[in-house]
Amino acid sequence: MSVLLDKARQRQTRISGAILIGLGVLLAVFMAPDATGVATFRLSRPTDVWPVPNLVVPGGPFIYVISALLAFLGVRLFLRGGAKWASMILGIGLAIAVAAFLVWATAGKSFSLTGMLQATLVRAVPIALGGLAGVLSERVAVVNIGIEGMLLAGAFTGALVGSLAGGIAGLVAAVAVGGMFGFILAALVVTYRMDQIIAGVFINLFVLGLTSYISSQVFQEYRALNNAPVFRTIKIPLLSDVPVIGPVFFNQNIFVYGAFILAGLATYYLFHTRHGLRARAVGEQPRAADTLGINVYRTRYVNVTVAGMVAGFGGAWFTLGSVGRFDEGMTGGRGFIGLAAMIFGRWHPVGALLAALVFGFADSLQQKLALLGTPIPSEFLAMAPYVATIVVVAGVVGRARAPAADGKPYVKE
Amino acid sequence: MSDMTDHATKGRLLGRSKVEDLVIVPLFALVAALILGAVVMVATGVDLATIGRSYVALLQGSVGSVNAISETLTAALPLVLAGLGLALGFRAGLFNIGAEGQVVMGGLAAVVAGVALGDLPAVIALPGAILAGAVTGAFYAGIAGWLRAATGAHEVISTIMLNLISYRLLDYLLRTPLIQKEGRADPISKSVPEVAELPRLLTFLDPNLRLHAGIFLTLAMVALAYWLLFRSKLGFEFRASGENAVAARFAGMNASLTIVLAMAIAGALAGIAGANQTLGVLGRATPGFSAGIGFDAIAVALLGRSHPVGVLFAGVLFGALEAGGRQMQVDAGVSIDLIGIIQSLIIVFIAAPLLVKALFPWGFRRDQTKEGGS
Repeated sequence: MSVLLDKARQRQTRISGAILIGLGVLLAVFMAPDATGVATFRLSRPTDVWPVPNLVVPGGPFIYVISALLAFLGVRLFLRGGAKWASMILGIGLAIAVAAFLVWATAGKSFSLTGMLQATLVRAVPIALGGLAGVLSERVAVVNIGIEGMLLAGAFTGALVGSLAGGIAGLVAAVAVGGMFGFILAALVVTYRMDQIIAGVFINLFVLGLTSYISSQVFQEYRALNNAPVFRTIKIPLLSDVPVIGPVFFNQNIFVYGAFILAGLATYYLFHTRHGLRARAVGEQPRAADTLGINVYRTRYVNVTVAGMVAGFGGAWFTLGSVGRFDEGMTGGRGFIGLAAMIFGRWHPVGALLAALVFGFADSLQQKLALLGTPIPSEFLAMAPYVATIVVVAGVVGRARAPAADGKPYVKE
Repeated sequence: MSDMTDHATKGRLLGRSKVEDLVIVPLFALVAALILGAVVMVATGVDLATIGRSYVALLQGSVGSVNAISETLTAALPLVLAGLGLALGFRAGLFNIGAEGQVVMGGLAAVVAGVALGDLPAVIALPGAILAGAVTGAFYAGIAGWLRAATGAHEVISTIMLNLISYRLLDYLLRTPLIQKEGRADPISKSVPEVAELPRLLTFLDPNLRLHAGIFLTLAMVALAYWLLFRSKLGFEFRASGENAVAARFAGMNASLTIVLAMAIAGALAGIAGANQTLGVLGRATPGFSAGIGFDAIAVALLGRSHPVGVLFAGVLFGALEAGGRQMQVDAGVSIDLIGIIQSLIIVFIAAPLLVKALFPWGFRRDQTKEGGS
């Protein structure tokens, strides 16, 4: 078994190395000669308290240096296959390739780096919260494919209740409805022992059907029901004036702060409290946990319901955190990307958050690049987060380990 | 996959008899889902008379006339085709959510091939176009299969991402000069030439009847899938890996190859479903032409218990719901999205037998195996 695994890992490393070499060649042949002039990255606005000078990078030379570096890393990975730092080298390689790509796209123009980083955080929110919901439920061994539906339910409820009773009420209702669908999922898979993936697919289809139905049946006619207030950004005094970091981290709306706080809370809960230890025991060895007197069913119910609440909060971002209006199927696969973030983050809340930032970056990058007017068709840029998800899921699986009992129903004797 | 998937997707529900399992449970699921659908309508302020009228329209629009039956079958064909592919995957233990993307790619490829073969006689052009759809679908699904086999990437996530990618790819390709209709700025493909179209069958009755020759293709594929699954060595390997992957490996079966092949065949069938739409119904490819067929097909495969004949009947039922739903929207002004709710409820009633038993303890008396045992 371990020989097989080693072989698979070696092959993975070789593929990673080949990818890096390929990227290096691509940069040197196609992008470097094309990048004439300097790329100007704006770091602050002239009105800021402490303005910082722009970051100016000479296009061609920078890309040549990066492509040489990529080729070096790639050859190293390829030849020494299975090296200890393989995934880290791949990560660094991809990161500098993206930097080179950005310089290529910006060459001869100027571009607000701070603005893009700010958008990265905003766009990471639903993915991070979806991933967090995934962590909470998979840690008690319930696979939650239904996160997409829970996000959608949160978005819908946020818009509906937010329009009727204001933003705060909308947020509370979104969390409650998310929790309700978490509870339904728990009931289906724990009590009625339905297959977890089918139960998740059911939740997705049901929420999609219900919200689309109400949206076309009711919202079309009563538009006032679908016009919720949007949460404004909250500037944190002093901290928000720090150049670059200030606008990125300390001038955001409650969803961004909420995602960070929830990730911290979940980490504390899972790894530093008694209940968290019990939850993880249920996820790894339900039989043993049961023997020790832990109520497996109740633990799963509680955790999956809380996961639903987190997803409901994340769903409210789509309406109360951005446009204030619900559109059919507006979550656009973010829940599934959240699951990929969970895997990428190795079933750890902070890991999921960091992974979500990577996806958020891909998402905001494609949006800003479309504005810069690169020769790459916008459809391909829009694919970037999805391709990134596939690469991540293919690249880190086998290195990360799911909770041992993940996906298995538990039958008490 | 867990034991419960076996129950839910492979036709055994806690020791019920065959008749109960194959006829009564689906029938019950349909009725219960329709009742809950009515509850949803009441909750959204639809009055009782309209609810009555909408269900009458649902019935009329699905089986009430020759045209309704033609529409039902036309809507059922792609669902059956894609559902067959998904059913094969389920049997092999693969939860392929990617039929939607495979339908998109297959349908588009069929249009491209049909246009390219437009000068040839129909005996070459039509099979060529269908084959192009099948091969493209197989290739697209094969990506997810290969990723699963080579790296362990879970097919649920990779196929969903491939679905999302396929929409963008379609939007892009429809604007390329090779595919885009001449003189148009919007994304729309060239029309399929007549030689590559699936001919309509009932035009002698009424020129508006849309039922086309895809029905023969679909029936042939049902038979082929049955043969493949239950009469061929490959199908045995699929089922063996689905039932117990470890045992299958120790019996000398190549697990990676089985995964890739199962995904590719599933993709080929979904690709044919796409070709069936573009060559038989739409005559061209447009953004969103797949219309969620790949997602409905998941429900069809589950409802049909991953058995080719079951999938055929489930597909016809869902086709009837869709055709009737359109009538419902026109006659009673109730949004067709209601059908989506009903379909998802049917899934839950089929796949959660314990829930059904808890809700209706008097309904299903037989319980031969120990509760929860397999």
